[in-house]
Amino acid sequence: MTSNKSFMSRQELLGILVVSALLFIVMPLAMDIFRLNLFGKYLTYAFVAVGLVLCWGKCGILSLGQGVFFGLGGYCMAMYLKLESSTPEATAIQSTPGIPDFMDWNQITALPWFWEPFNSLTFTLLAIIVVPAVFAFIIGAAMFKRRVGGVYFAIITQAIAAILTILIIGQQGYTGGVNGITDLRTLKGWDIRTDDAKYILYYVNGALLVGVLLLSQIVLKSKLGRLLVAVRDQEDRVRFSGYDVSNIKIFVFCFAAVFSAIGGAMFTLQVGFMSPSFVGIVPSIEMVIFCAVGGRLSILGAVYGTLLVNWAKTTFSETFPELWLFGLGGLFIAVVLVFPNGLSGLYQSYLAPLVDRVVSAGKRNSRTDAAPPPSSGFGAETTAKAAE
Amino acid sequence: MFADYTWTELGSIFAMQGFAGLILFSVFVLMALGLAIIFGQMGVINMAHGEFMILGAYVTYLCSNFFEAYLPALFGIYFFFAMALAFLAAGTLGALVEWSLIRHLYKRPLDTLLATWGLSLILQQAYRSIFGAREVGVTLPNWLLGSVPLTDIIEIPINGIFVMVLTFVIAIAVYFILFRSRMGMQTRAVVQNRVMAGAVGINTEKVDRNTFALGCGIAGIAGSAFTMIGSTGPTAGQLYIVDTFLIVVFGGAASLVGTIASSFAISQAQSTMEFFLSGSMAKVLTLLTVVGILMLRPQGLFSLKIRR
Repeated sequence: MTSNKSFMSRQELLGILVVSALLFIVMPLAMDIFRLNLFGKYLTYAFVAVGLVLCWGKCGILSLGQGVFFGLGGYCMAMYLKLESSTPEATAIQSTPGIPDFMDWNQITALPWFWEPFNSLTFTLLAIIVVPAVFAFIIGAAMFKRRVGGVYFAIITQAIAAILTILIIGQQGYTGGVNGITDLRTLKGWDIRTDDAKYILYYVNGALLVGVLLLSQIVLKSKLGRLLVAVRDQEDRVRFSGYDVSNIKIFVFCFAAVFSAIGGAMFTLQVGFMSPSFVGIVPSIEMVIFCAVGGRLSILGAVYGTLLVNWAKTTFSETFPELWLFGLGGLFIAVVLVFPNGLSGLYQSYLAPLVDRVVSAGKRNSRTDAAPPPSSGFGAETTAKAAE
Repeated sequence: MFADYTWTELGSIFAMQGFAGLILFSVFVLMALGLAIIFGQMGVINMAHGEFMILGAYVTYLCSNFFEAYLPALFGIYFFFAMALAFLAAGTLGALVEWSLIRHLYKRPLDTLLATWGLSLILQQAYRSIFGAREVGVTLPNWLLGSVPLTDIIEIPINGIFVMVLTFVIAIAVYFILFRSRMGMQTRAVVQNRVMAGAVGINTEKVDRNTFALGCGIAGIAGSAFTMIGSTGPTAGQLYIVDTFLIVVFGGAASLVGTIASSFAISQAQSTMEFFLSGSMAKVLTLLTVVGILMLRPQGLFSLKIRR
């Protein structure tokens, strides 16, 4: 069975190709740059959702604090961009030129020490990966080593999201407060606000997302991926088999945190600001619903789920702002009660057999090997929905 | 930070802030008791708990308006009617929610979390549509206004005392319901061993529903008490939900004493620090300490020693 050894089956390859085609060809052709930029913003949430599939769907750890990591990544990027746009020339009217404007408004006269290293792009890019990973490691190590899991973990991560939001809002002079870090202009002298830059950033974002999907696919198909599912279903048996369950959990939590942080950094680049409203309890739990709608077991489903929910949110909250919260609340309940496997579950039960037949028919023509094993779901139906 | 104050001033500050902390403590206890019953006894995470509390607050607001307009003679004691109504309203809604939503999810605690969050969004929007986005306040009867001077700098507001007495009474009542009544005995039996409890003839589904309704009803009373010290808005419940969950977890999920002790510790720490630091930093420090302690001692302050 060659298909078991390779890291993705034909169906999964097809799924990734469909997503790539959607991201790189269909969407840029179908939308103007304003809509495409908005779409790119949604895609940054997909990073978080993919991380949640690994962490929650596969391993059973529900983190209600993914916004923390999204925010950490986003703030790292924003700090660099802010420092670059706050040159002494550009900020000459301030009482202390050369520091970000909100610090000046808050009577801070020197750049705080933790802002200093963000003058360097290399450090910033490293920090986007390392800071959330270390933070997730500390949380994960403290909790999982003591075998805290389930709802306790969810509550504590939620509390951490609350703490970070209060801290960011409270320390206005150092963080920009409730407005966040705004007015970001250039990256190494390259204006990120032009249409060309937005196109390029969109493609970078898409490429990173596909990269993240491939990386997750590799992890899921490896032995580690099987262990993740085993930990979710029978934690004690995995432990008795001689594995260190806490290390597996810490790893996947850090992994998901880094994904979120990459999403956050790309968010800052594409949207041009970062604020605590993407860090707290409400955004964090909304990110879980993106993942749940797509199907908590499918990394591709998570992407479609994110796009669908965000598209619905934008459409409905523009036209019927009153109804949107009812809709979102109903979505939370429906996704739990009626279709716990989300879009990918629907795809699996209705469309997958069809696609399976087509794929294996094509395969029979070319080769006469064994039929591909059933795979995790993704596909055409959701593509059509997201594309609307 | 202490250097600017004399010893007597410091003493008064601690007394005043301590009293402010006691009021916060009362609200925390009332909210956390309901949550502790639901979470500790049933293992269900009710993210909509804050919204049940706000339901109680709105019921009180309606009562206050009703008595003011139609029964001004009884206005002095409307609060007691309001509390009973708040308890009934929140309890009924709780029973309904348990029947339609929660009972399908007992085996999936993480999913109850998401479903009740959805419920909380729906309730919030419902409040906003019905009562408007603006915060509302109730008119307090005369005997609850004013304050009792204790020394020349320390004054104690009467509504604060009333809320504390109320909390005390409710806490005792919950103790009796859980540990001295037949219903409580059945609840505890179901918690300890669901199958055996069913085998000896306890209707476990009914016990679940009653427990959930009781927890929600207490949240309704908490909301009623909340109106006496603050104004009510559609999202006011969400502000307290994280604190309350931390309190319940910090106290040890199944322990009522633990819940009360941790409410006390957290509210006192927060209100005392609030005087010296900014409000947000006080909250950050308090929550950080709690999270830190929970990381070292995940089972909370008071934990039942049971073999699993």
